[in-house]
Amino acid sequence: MAGVLIYSANQGLALELISAARKIEDSVVAVSLNDDSLAQALAGAGAKTLKISNPNLVVGDTGAVAAAIKQVLDKENIDTVLLSSDRRGKELAGRLAQAIGAGCLTDVTAINVDGSKIECQRNALGGATIAVQYIEGPKVIAIRPRSYEAAGAGNGSIEELAVEIKAAGIKVLDFKPKAGDSVNIEAAEILVAVGQGLSDEGKLADVQALASKLGGEVACSKPVATDKKWLSEERIIGLSGKKCKPQLAILLGISGQVQFTVGIRDARVIAAVNTDENAAINYMADYIMQADLHDVIKELNEKL
Amino acid sequence: MNIVVAMKQIPDLQQIRIRNRKPVLDGVPSALGIIDKNALEAAVLIKENQGGKVIVLSAGNEEVEETVKEALAAGADEAFLVLDDDLEGADGSTKGLVLAEAIKKIEDVGLILFGEGSGDNYSGQVGSRVAELLGLPQVGYASSIEINDSSAVITRSLEDGDEIIEVSLPVVVSVQGDINEPRIPSVTQILKAGRKPKEVLELEDLEIDLTGLPEIVTVSNLAPETDRKQVKVASVEELLQALKTEGVI
Repeated sequence: MAGVLIYSANQGLALELISAARKIEDSVVAVSLNDDSLAQALAGAGAKTLKISNPNLVVGDTGAVAAAIKQVLDKENIDTVLLSSDRRGKELAGRLAQAIGAGCLTDVTAINVDGSKIECQRNALGGATIAVQYIEGPKVIAIRPRSYEAAGAGNGSIEELAVEIKAAGIKVLDFKPKAGDSVNIEAAEILVAVGQGLSDEGKLADVQALASKLGGEVACSKPVATDKKWLSEERIIGLSGKKCKPQLAILLGISGQVQFTVGIRDARVIAAVNTDENAAINYMADYIMQADLHDVIKELNEKL
Repeated sequence: MNIVVAMKQIPDLQQIRIRNRKPVLDGVPSALGIIDKNALEAAVLIKENQGGKVIVLSAGNEEVEETVKEALAAGADEAFLVLDDDLEGADGSTKGLVLAEAIKKIEDVGLILFGEGSGDNYSGQVGSRVAELLGLPQVGYASSIEINDSSAVITRSLEDGDEIIEVSLPVVVSVQGDINEPRIPSVTQILKAGRKPKEVLELEDLEIDLTGLPEIVTVSNLAPETDRKQVKVASVEELLQALKTEGVI
């Protein structure tokens, strides 16, 4: 068997997958499920696109999506699948892998083809280490968003394909878009990130002021968003948040748990302000200031 | 209706040290996955409301029997364990088969809960594998679960919005870490945990064939190289000067 198939319900991520798949093989097969504009985009980026239209197929029914893709793989005789490692993609990855008897790696940040092996790089042990792993046998690999550039224009094709799907016990009642924090901390050149050292929500205005003066964005460690709910989840740096590569990261009151550092270790320059001289974050900072972050924010805002 | 909560024994991540870029796991105590505790709490809250039993399910080496006491103290009624040294570090395809086969031996299961990812590997595939093996519907990344008789209304929290799903039971659900705040067991609960019922099986008690499964081969597993300057600065002026010299402000 040969060939690579890509699928993501998210058009931007699907185009990234085409780029990743071309590292494995030049000709890429892509699938669209009840989504004509996705099919157009995939073909426009050079993929042989198999367009599936089936009223029983709901993207929210992970089992049905896996069943549909399995039928495509069987028909096309393909045993390597790339999915996006967003939430939908990760949920699908395990199910599809089980359906086709494949090994599965998710949150893969890079792939490297070595002969017949597809070596995948991913964080392990909560982000403390980076593992390089490959799958023997059929493979489902979920690629972390923004690990590859979107594929450029190409000359693909669209072919309609019928699949059989059983009506499911799953019904999507509603979809509520998340209230619009459209910040993209991954694109920011400068990040001012706060952790649990920040005393209260009222101080966020000063943090925002500092970020604005620097032309950057405010980000945070996970508890600030999920436990305290002071900032949106869009602003979380770390293993279960965003992986950022800013020119400068100013980290305020962040202790430096490994699950956090995995999201910021690619920054060019890291400055950490912390009251604890032994904080783990100091070992991965270029500049360390042992001070109360509130005083530092105030002074920075005055001086900038 | 009984609720199964699948929980994974992982090394206590706070205690892993790195030596020569290699993780040192010797002597690191075991713990239950962090988000698995949210799954347990979700199960206990449903049970307190609707009755039934919460059964914690875990597969791993023999230490699991001790590690799982924490879950029994925090509200699980029973433990169902598959213990075998071969399961230590087993990958998703093996764990999925073992857990699915174990669930078949548990009566009247309406809900099977996982954390969205294990604390160590965060791969998030085993719940989906179990759903496929059992032929059940699934909802991942749940931020709320409401049970009504033979169905559930579950919120799947995606990056761009919340998808509200109605699904028939039984269903496999993986929960997000912020679905709830897990309770901290009292001393009495911890003492009583050891007396709660436990069913312990070995791999050979399950009718499964683990040969011929796809294999994950690890080429290397090293801490990333860090060459940070680690320069201490004494004042805001000094910090600003350093950042200007770097050309980042």
